[in-house]
Parts: sequence; C-alpha cells; structure tokens
Amino acid sequence: MQFTRRDTLALGAGAAALAMLPFRVAAATADERIAEFTGGAEAKADGITLTAPEIAENGNTVPITVDAPGATSILLLATGNPTPGVAQYNFGPLSGSRVVTTRIRLAGTQDVVALAKFEDGSIAKASSTVKVTIGGCGG
Amino acid sequence: MISRRDFLQASMAATALVGASGFGNWSRLAAQQALTQDQLLQFDTFGNISLIHVTDIHAQLKPIYFREPEVNIGVGDARGHVPHITGADFRKLYGIADGSPNHYALSYNDFSSLAKTYGKMGGMDRVATVINAIRADRPDAILLDGGDTWHGSYTCYHTQGQDMVNVMNALKPDAMTFHWEFTLGSERVNELVSGLPFDALAQNIFDAEWDEPAELFKPYKFFERGGAKIAVIGQAFPYMPIANPGWMFPEYSFGIRDENMQAMVDEVRGMGAQLVVVLSHNGFDVDRHMASLVSGIDVILSGHTHDALPEPVLVGDTIIVASGSNGKFVSRVDLDVRDGRMMGFRHKLIPIFSDVIAPDAEVASLIDEQRAPYKDKLEEVIGHTDSLLYRRGNFNGTWDDLICDALLSEREADIAMSPGVRWGPSVLPGQAITREDLWNVTSMTYPKAYRTEMTGEFIHTIMEDVADNIFNPNPYYQQGGDMVRMGGLGYRIDVNQPQGSRISELTLLKTGEKLDPAKSYVVAGWASVNEGTEGPEIWDVVESHIRKKGTVVVEPNTSVQVVGA
Repeated sequence: MQFTRRDTLALGAGAAALAMLPFRVAAATADERIAEFTGGAEAKADGITLTAPEIAENGNTVPITVDAPGATSILLLATGNPTPGVAQYNFGPLSGSRVVTTRIRLAGTQDVVALAKFEDGSIAKASSTVKVTIGGCGG
Repeated sequence: MISRRDFLQASMAATALVGASGFGNWSRLAAQQALTQDQLLQFDTFGNISLIHVTDIHAQLKPIYFREPEVNIGVGDARGHVPHITGADFRKLYGIADGSPNHYALSYNDFSSLAKTYGKMGGMDRVATVINAIRADRPDAILLDGGDTWHGSYTCYHTQGQDMVNVMNALKPDAMTFHWEFTLGSERVNELVSGLPFDALAQNIFDAEWDEPAELFKPYKFFERGGAKIAVIGQAFPYMPIANPGWMFPEYSFGIRDENMQAMVDEVRGMGAQLVVVLSHNGFDVDRHMASLVSGIDVILSGHTHDALPEPVLVGDTIIVASGSNGKFVSRVDLDVRDGRMMGFRHKLIPIFSDVIAPDAEVASLIDEQRAPYKDKLEEVIGHTDSLLYRRGNFNGTWDDLICDALLSEREADIAMSPGVRWGPSVLPGQAITREDLWNVTSMTYPKAYRTEMTGEFIHTIMEDVADNIFNPNPYYQQGGDMVRMGGLGYRIDVNQPQGSRISELTLLKTGEKLDPAKSYVVAGWASVNEGTEGPEIWDVVESHIRKKGTVVVEPNTSVQVVGA
C-alpha cells in the first residue's frame, strides 16, 4: 500500500488524532478499497441486501447486516470514517449462508457501502446513508 | 396527497376500492351551526368491519383548547401535500366553510373567537360516548390506541401514567403502540405493559443487546371480525432513543425496520389475513413513505405528527388515516372485506366538541377519581394571559416564547432553547393560567432546566442538526416534532438547503450583534436527552416567571425568517 501525501492530508482532515495511529493502518480511501476489491468490474445493484438504520441510535455501535447469497467475499466500508475499511469477509464452499452481521462505529453521518464478489467474478454493491445526530426534539 | 378528484378516480382504478368519507355532507350541516351529537355521530354503517382509532392523547383526560398549526412545511415529495397544508388552503381543499365548526376544529385562523363560539374539544368521557355509539352500531368494532397516551399532564406525571391506564382500560382498547410511554423508564413501562388487558404491539421494538424482537411487545395480533381474519401490526415511534433519552430505556432498540414490516405483512398474509392494518406511531410522512415501500398493507392508522385529516390519503392500495391529537378527534373506519381482500371503506374523522357530545357518566366519574387527589394543585391560578398561548407549528408558538422568556430571565441567560414538541394545549386570551395549563405544556420525566455555556459555532451546529431532523427531504431521516424554539436569538432558515447550510444570520437579539462562532454564550434550556442534566424543573422556572408578571402578554415573534416554504 502506498502512503501518499494526498492520503495524509485526507486523513488529517478526517481525524485530529492521526499522529497516534500506527503507520500500518493508514487507510486507503474508500474508492481505492472498492477498486482493489472489484478489480475495476462494474457492480450490479441486485444480489446484495444491506440492512442499516436510517438514523443511528448510537453512532458508536451501529448494527449492520449484509446478505449476499452465493457470495465468496463481502467488503464493508464506512466511507466517511477516517479509516473507511471496516471488514472483508471470505466464505468457503461449505459456508451455509453468506450473511454477516456486525456493529460498527461511525464518525458522523455518512454512506455505508457493502460489496459482494461472486464465483463468476461479478460484483454487487449496496449503499445506505446512516445519519448520526445530536437528537432530542421529537414530539 | 392526491387531490379529491384524483382520489376518487384512483379509488375506482385501483382494485375496485370504494371510498367515501361523508365529510362534504356533514360539513354543510355543520355550517348551519346546528350541531347535535346525532349529526356528529351520523354514519351509515358499511361493510363488515369497523376500526376506531385514537392517538396522541397526551394524557388529556379533560376537554381542552388546541390550536392547529399555522406553519407546517413539507419538503421533498411531501411539499404542497397534506398534512402540509394549513389554514384557508386546508379549508378550501376539503370544502370547509369559513367560521364553521370544522374551521375551528381543523385550522388555526380566528382561533380565539371561534373557541368562544364552539368551546373546548376532547375529554375522554366524550370519547367514551363516541366509542360506545360506534359499538352500538357494530358491537365488535376494534379500538386501537396509537400511543403517546401515558404522557403529558400533571396527574399523568404524578401517577407515572396510572391515571391514563385506568381510564383507557375503561374504554376497552384492543391494542396499543408506543412512544412517550418509554420516558416513564423501562421498568415502569414493563410493569404497566405487563398488566394491560389488551395487546402491546410493535414489530420494531427490539432487544438492544441481541437485536432480536423484544418479548414484551408482540409484532401483530389477529382478530376475527365479520367473517374475516384481520391482522393488526404495531409500529412504535422509530426514533425513541434519539428524540428522547435513550438512557431511560437502554434495553430497547427501535428503528423503522421496514424490511421486518414487510416480513410481518408477508407472515400474516401467509397465515390467512384478509385485512392488514398497521397501528403506527411513525408520523405521517414516514407512513406515506413506508406505504410506498412495503406492499400488502390495507390500512395505516397514523400517529405521532398530530395531523387531523378529514379523509384518508391513498398510497397505492393503502389508505392512511390521521386522527389528530389530544383527544380532539376519533376516527371511525368501516371496511368491506370480502373474497380475501379489502373491497372498500367508509371513513369519518369525528370531532369531539365537548359541549355537543354528552360525557359518559361512568368514565367521567373515573376521570374525576384520578384527579381528586391533585384537585387543589391542578386548579391553582398562577397568572393570567392577555395573549393566546399555543405551541403547535414548525417554529415558535406563544407558549414557547413564554417558556423561553422565563428561561432567559429566571436563569439569566443570553439564549434559551425549548424543545419543538407538538403537544401542549392552548390557553385563550383573558383566561387564567392554572398549574394544570402549565404542566400540560411542560410535563415530562426529564424536566431539568440546564444552564451552560456554548460557543456560537456549537449553537449553529445544534440548530442545523435539529432542522435536518424536520426538513430532510427523505422522510425516513425525519424524527417528527418541530424546530427547536430559540429565545433571545434570531435566525434565517432556508428549509430546502442541505444540513449545514439551512441556518444563517444568527443574531443575538439583546445586542443586535451577529453570533460569533468562537465566542461563548450562556444558554438556558430544558428537556436535554443527556443523563445527569442538572437544574431546577422547568415548570418551577416558568411558574416563577408568570407569577412575577401577573398577566402575561406575548408579542408576535418576528425573529425567525423562513425561506423556501
């Protein structure tokens, strides 16, 4: 992974605590992760279901579920986090279902993106905006 | 919404739905100002099933004055559609004569003078009379309570919701869903819900730790009526831990969860439901959006946003019924369910004119019983008002201005913040303000009036955040409620901008200076969702202020400039 000057600036804007991060986790941008995962293949919209709350009840622990029947690999990205990569899940031939559920921390309102790769090399993509709000005035 | 004409055409085009509200008819009778209970209750029983919907009562056991909103801005697809139509435009849309009882019940203009003519509305003893009359027509009518029932008054606060539970149980509801009830704290909610003689429904209340459906709340309930199987699915307010203090009910998680709603609809259809009803506390715009995404719902009984609509709104094959708030209205929906599906409906939004509809004696005495221990406290006069005091509307009402003035002067602050809730009845000019009136607009379980310093930048951030919760063009990102009410601060808002760009020209009113992003200001507010908030209780702050004033006069508020409405 190249650690470019541009990445440094982007990170600096996103996270004030950059200096405390160990060098090796310096993040690739979301676009770079997507390009790496897809190998440039065009993503279709069906074959993947991303379930995320519209408004997070707690931005520190947001439940996310990705369901992609037949997928060999799922990539989950929080595009607005200083480190967009959340996780990549790989499935073997014996995996019963291709569903993952996790909780992630979101730095603020942003798009959560999930990509699935299938055996034939095709790619599916789903995206959802999750709002992280101060709240407090519902009537 | 679609226009009246489109509505009828759509009704005929889509699955042969036959719609009739009877509204135009009785509004003419009402215009003759010869209101009788028989006219208000007149309804040609239709089909084989009756639903009765009450919602957002906010613990108003007694009749009240409640002024409907002047400003209710719709954004995105909701722009220009009900419920975002008010005043004369609203009356024109539904053919309501100026000065008629429905003008008074459903729109804001000339409220003070019409209130003197037509009197208070609501009262659960009158609601009981209406429910009994419908049950006389249709003994097995299904009564559904949309929630926000156990919150909003002096007695409700002091009995932790017991007064409302006792009175509602006497009305014999068949099911209920929830919102402000949870601000009693999960322990009390669990206690009250466990004792209910009817079902507590919500497909979207989950266990927060395991993200599995919460055991106490069933997703749906089946009824057999008129030879048909009916499923009622509950939908609690989706944004409870965000709009209200999540620390009071940490065990529970909510959300819209429309994918689970679809799964529940499919499940009940698979079990043979011929009619699917959703008892919802989503708010109207969220319900309309959900109806366009979830297929197979016949009727949504909509609550939360306090809209009262004389006719259902049709989305695809789903009708959405909005029944107002504070006990002002009861909706009756008769349905013809045959051959495994809904073939037609007849609907009436029944306005509860308290001087026209006789109170049910049994429920009236039950209400007095709940209030008796607190009678002296409730009736104590703390001041008078020369202005109409009301709240409902996207921006400051006069009650809010009075509360903000109290915070500014009693707490010696530069700026005041008061929550944009939609509950709180009105008080007419010339009336006494009793303690009950004051608690009707302030009662809650997190009432501490904080005093703190905030930078101009942070104040701006809060206002942008709240504005996006109301004016986000996607209803699923709205929480309902209205804009935070600001005291001592003027601003301009362009509702069509994205978050971060709506609010500008923040002006400190006492000096006329622009707010400095870097400078700290003393801010007084109440109803913080943060645990451990400190300060006196808001009702004591406002009572002290009113007592000093004696008679309250609230000048028109010109400090908020709204653009893009």
